[in-house]
Amino acid sequence: MTVNGWIQIAIFFALIVACAKPLGTLIANVMEGRRNFLSPVFGPVEKLIYRLCGVRTDAKGQPEEQHWTRYAGALLAFSVTSAVLLYAIQRLQVWLPFNPQGFSQNNVSPDLAFNTAVSFTTNTNWQSYVPETTISYFVQMAGLTVHNFLSAAAGLAIAIALVRGFARHSLQTIGNFWADLTRATLYVLLPISILAALVLCSQGVIQNLHPYTAVTTLEGAKQTIAQGPVASQEAIKMLGTNGGGFFNANSAHPFENPTPFTNMFQMFLIFLIPGALTYTFGKMVRDTRQGWALFAAMSVLWFAGVVTCYHFEQRGTPMLEKAGIEMTATATQSGGNMEGKETRFGIADSALFATVTTDASCGAVNSWHDSFTPLGGLVPLFNIQLGEVVFGGVGAGLYGMLMFAILAVFIAGLMVGRTPEYLGKKIEQKEVKMAMLAMLVLAASILFFAAGSSVMEFAKNSYWNAPGPAAANINNPGAHGLSEILYAFTSATGNNGSAFAGINANTPWYNLTLGFAMLVGRFLMLLPLLAIAGSLAAKKQVPVSAGTFPTHGPLFVSLLVGVVVIVGALTYFPAISLGPLVEHLML
Amino acid sequence: MFSEFKPAILMTLVFTVLTGIFYPLAITGAAQAMFHKQANGSLIERNGKVIGSEHIGQNFTKPEYFHPRPSAAGSGYDAANSGGSNLGPTNPALADRLTKDAAQFRKDNPDFTGPLPADAITTSASGLDPDITPANAMAQAARVARARGTSSDMVRSLVAGAVEGRDLGVFGEPRVNVLKLNLALDEKLPVQR
Repeated sequence: MTVNGWIQIAIFFALIVACAKPLGTLIANVMEGRRNFLSPVFGPVEKLIYRLCGVRTDAKGQPEEQHWTRYAGALLAFSVTSAVLLYAIQRLQVWLPFNPQGFSQNNVSPDLAFNTAVSFTTNTNWQSYVPETTISYFVQMAGLTVHNFLSAAAGLAIAIALVRGFARHSLQTIGNFWADLTRATLYVLLPISILAALVLCSQGVIQNLHPYTAVTTLEGAKQTIAQGPVASQEAIKMLGTNGGGFFNANSAHPFENPTPFTNMFQMFLIFLIPGALTYTFGKMVRDTRQGWALFAAMSVLWFAGVVTCYHFEQRGTPMLEKAGIEMTATATQSGGNMEGKETRFGIADSALFATVTTDASCGAVNSWHDSFTPLGGLVPLFNIQLGEVVFGGVGAGLYGMLMFAILAVFIAGLMVGRTPEYLGKKIEQKEVKMAMLAMLVLAASILFFAAGSSVMEFAKNSYWNAPGPAAANINNPGAHGLSEILYAFTSATGNNGSAFAGINANTPWYNLTLGFAMLVGRFLMLLPLLAIAGSLAAKKQVPVSAGTFPTHGPLFVSLLVGVVVIVGALTYFPAISLGPLVEHLML
Repeated sequence: MFSEFKPAILMTLVFTVLTGIFYPLAITGAAQAMFHKQANGSLIERNGKVIGSEHIGQNFTKPEYFHPRPSAAGSGYDAANSGGSNLGPTNPALADRLTKDAAQFRKDNPDFTGPLPADAITTSASGLDPDITPANAMAQAARVARARGTSSDMVRSLVAGAVEGRDLGVFGEPRVNVLKLNLALDEKLPVQR
């Protein structure tokens, strides 16, 4: 581990801290419908969208408020509609424009199109396909880029709705989904994406609609270079914590991520909104210390992940050492485990990226987690299993962490024998039940599907998969193969989308089960959360008393970190010990 | 939920047009105007012909050129099929490949002794890594010099000049762009025949 590596990690963290307050304030103003410096530009567009889409507004231009069930209904209706459209666009690509490579429905089977439609609607962006040999520029733009925006905007909307539950009292409503979706897209995601796309492009990220370029190399070989409108998708891919690559190699591809500068910029975009949302939360509940407490808990978990991953990747493996490779960093080479990593990023930036992308529900990769050392690769896996609450996805990180906060105060309440309170709201049976429901459903989805796929056998001529065991789709033998299957369902359920990519997941069995896991991970988490939001909003505010457990100090931060880690460890330790831990012992 | 389908359909259409058509096309227009070269792939021409992209690695096997890292993209440096090996850290297939590639590297560069630079026999994530580490380039310098009929020192100084430092002095790792280095070789130290 090098001094330079640590400096980069420190710079990254400083940038996230610095942007939390200004952006967090803007998001709070935007989502509450207050005027902000972007109103002159986007205000009229916002009104126009409401009029076009039939969203009713009052005299002041505020959309009508919705009960949580109606809010949830709107979310579901929107998700179904947009997923169906994405499915159709993929299957019909041969008749749509911007398709210079002539891809057709033969490239996208029905089960693959289903998987991709669900994947992008749920902000997972798991990819069972190789984009540059499968889908047209039109699908990338009008299909995938759109969902990069909308799934992130929907996540942000849900988080704000939940925060309203804490901020309001004695009210039956939690906001308007259509307004939240529109505002998040117009004022937050779109302007930052435009700037980011141009920054990326200036560094060498491509943005064109040309056919692939055929070149004759210096040695006279033929090379076909894939092209496309990459920068516009790359910006929102990172900012919206989506992570679906324009190319198969994702953010390792030099056209997606050409320089170490763009690499740092992309990691910054991943944490930008999730970091700021903790401040938004504090501001909306009128006590910014509450937001900073969440920020602190997230930072602790982030740092622990980075240090672990960096350490093990730099240390490398006995196999690499036996081949005669230098494991120590020197001035002219990085040392360590460079299998599946890019020269320009080296060990430090690869380890940091892997940690950040799985802390958040991003899932973009700039190195292949499958080729990480067992414990280095455990970090991304465990990060997702913790629920991606370490800054987390856009909106998803905040609402996930608030769920853990509810559990933390509940456990604190049990310890002292007092009804728990959080932000002046009594946490009662309904809230705890809903929080536990969300948590258990996620764990069940991961473990059930991973276990099933490890033992499943298919008959000859089966539609679902090649004949024989489903585990034959893995690319690596032994404990590592189990990690591949476990990672796939963890990533899908956690709506992350990164992979131990050796697994061949483009079969009906994996496409459909992973798609189902994504739906479970998204909606069976969101619905209980919206129920909590509705229930909290209706409650009265309890005044702070001497007996109230303060939720803005180091004690609460430690408790919160402890609850996150203990819940994750208790749930997944058996599975992890059969995968990465055994593999580490086999090194 | 069903009463929400009307706004759902309309919202989907409005945002598809806004973020799926307007936004990418506007960025395409702006990028083509402001960053024409980058937006089209930073292509490099020699004698009027496009011979590659500065960001996309290509394969070199001749002794007079610097060699890139092994590639797992397609059959090697397939820029329409990017990807890594995805071999796990305990996979015997990886051990076999490493042993084979290490022997080949040492055979190609008999003057080189000592531990191998970390990038020399490992595949990159994209399979299109345009760079190698400065240590890797220096390890190959003697071979390239011999094949070109020039002195090792001349080649070494060319390599030293081609090293790109960390971005802004701190980000990433020092690196050498293989295609640019080989182009410079052809220009400054052409093969003596």
